[in-house]
Amino acid sequence: MAVLTLAQALNQGLEQALAEHPEVVILGEDVGRTGGVFRITDGLQRRFGPERVVDTPVAESGIVGMAFGMAVGGMRPVVEIQFMGFSYPAFDQIVNHVARIRNRSRHRFTAPMVIRMPYGGGIGAAEHHSESTETIYVHTPGLKVVVPSRPADAKGLLASAVEDPDPVIFLEPIRLYRAVRETVPEDPHTVPIGEASIEREGTDVTLVSYGAMMKETRQAAEVLAERGVSAEVVDLRTLVPLDTDRLLASVEKTGRVVVVHEAPRTLGFGAEVAALVAERALYSLQAPPKRVTGWDTVVPLKKSEQYYLPSVGRIVAAAEETLTA
Amino acid sequence: MLQLLTPSGDVLGEPPLSVDLTRRLYRAMVYVRTFDRKCAALQKQGRLATYAPFEGQEAAQVGSAAPLDPEDWMVASYRDAAAMWMQGYPWELLIAWRTGDERGGRPPEHVSVLPPSITVGGHMLHAVGLAWSARHFGEERIAITYFGDGATSEGDFHEAMNLAAVYGLGVVFFCQNNQYAISMPRTAQTRSETIAEKAIAYGMPGVQVDGNDLFAVFTATAEAIDRARAGDGPTLIEAVTYRLGPHTTSDDPSRYREESEVEQWRRRDPLERVRIFLSERDAWTPEWQERLETEASTEIERAVELAEGMDGLGPARIFEAMFDELPPHLVDQRAEALRSVGQ
Repeated sequence: MAVLTLAQALNQGLEQALAEHPEVVILGEDVGRTGGVFRITDGLQRRFGPERVVDTPVAESGIVGMAFGMAVGGMRPVVEIQFMGFSYPAFDQIVNHVARIRNRSRHRFTAPMVIRMPYGGGIGAAEHHSESTETIYVHTPGLKVVVPSRPADAKGLLASAVEDPDPVIFLEPIRLYRAVRETVPEDPHTVPIGEASIEREGTDVTLVSYGAMMKETRQAAEVLAERGVSAEVVDLRTLVPLDTDRLLASVEKTGRVVVVHEAPRTLGFGAEVAALVAERALYSLQAPPKRVTGWDTVVPLKKSEQYYLPSVGRIVAAAEETLTA
Repeated sequence: MLQLLTPSGDVLGEPPLSVDLTRRLYRAMVYVRTFDRKCAALQKQGRLATYAPFEGQEAAQVGSAAPLDPEDWMVASYRDAAAMWMQGYPWELLIAWRTGDERGGRPPEHVSVLPPSITVGGHMLHAVGLAWSARHFGEERIAITYFGDGATSEGDFHEAMNLAAVYGLGVVFFCQNNQYAISMPRTAQTRSETIAEKAIAYGMPGVQVDGNDLFAVFTATAEAIDRARAGDGPTLIEAVTYRLGPHTTSDDPSRYREESEVEQWRRRDPLERVRIFLSERDAWTPEWQERLETEASTEIERAVELAEGMDGLGPARIFEAMFDELPPHLVDQRAEALRSVGQ
């Protein structure tokens, strides 16, 4: 067992996937020789060769569409899109083909593939490099959407995604790549897709988040604890299929819910959480659900990004509002 | 432009196909024309959702699919039922799909044909990936993809051509230039003189053939298939042809083209020249023609019956092919859907 960053855990997970499954290939821009813009595939081409870790021309639609064909043909492609904001040229392939071939062919053809997308802001990057538009993919029937926030989960969920018989959008929180470390099992392990994790038990309010915002959410729970508020922290880990049972059980227990994400508010994942809570747990609620989210604006550039991303303070304030409601 | 059999039935040079094979492919063209006309008629009766006829393009589809091995991948568009049938896709499923039944999208296990793509152009990339998987697993299969002149303006045409060439994959890009993308004429689609010449930019061979000439189409495609199978990479084939009918049954071509133009192309009918060729070699008789048409009609009528006998998916089964295993939210929604119809 080694202490790894999220980036290292993903690298180890990809290495093990390549070693275990001869039908796995990694495809993407600069994933081979340079090991990817975030070095997640570092060293893999050296070990497995350019036929397994494939540098591609700059063509997101092409990469995904070609990988789709590979998957239909029996391979297990793992595609890297450099940044989530670059996934839009591949949108047609993902939505019209990857997500649909099983239905279109009534199970005869399937596209078991993983599309990895580093997502989210907070690193002062250029425009299009800070997107958090998971809702688009969550809203698309036929896709699974996974968003790890911890190194061990990242490795385990990646292994599950590679082995999954259906296509998985695998969102990687850019600003946590090297910001969190934890002990990660050396051997291949899987974390089931579709299971949320109750990271911290509490009784007063449920804080729900996933991916990059888990960092601020955890910190908010600490601050609340110092103020005598017992917050339960739920890391959803998978957005599709959602672990509705764990989520609702927590809200029923605490009677209050704050959902946190950096994606824009309108029809963001928080809207789904609030709707589910309203439909199924309304009578357990002691306060209206709160959403702490990015604004319905373009993510600001470096100098103003701080005004966009939900802060620990905003999460704490929202939790306290539910307590005084 | 490669032409081996003129509209008046004259062979230029040695016939590339035996009389026997020519007879078999002529028979196939009669069958697919019967299918096409039957489907257009069914649509008029409201029995098909919509239909995109291919009359005039029979030689392009039959001639290009004929040299394939049975296990070769085919990724076609909505107008390519003839090619798909040639590669083993059963009539009744081709019809079922057009009646609005998803099960028409599931070919039998031994048939390596993807259900057709409705969006234009995206599917070419799938052929590239399939050719890659064949190479990865050391299979002898190649992949052929069908598209029209309109699709060559799509970005995915460029990406598919480029990727196939960059990785040297065994793909045959088969373009049926039928002169119109709905109403947009070929001349307005691109300033390239030919579609075939676009291949030069990608570093692959490009061939323009008379798409109404069974011999030319067969010869050019067979060469491209051989090249792909030998590991020598992709080829672009432009089959110059004409869609004699509307884009789909909801289209009115009189809004964008003159009847005189259509007449001109009728005189280049892809079946007629083969008929003359066979007739001159005592390999065609009116009786045989009649028998073929009767057999084709009977076979297709039977397929229509089978397709129309399928009862649709119903409320439960619309959920069942979204994922390998139905996730909890779909289990709930399925129950709700069933309750909503009192089941």
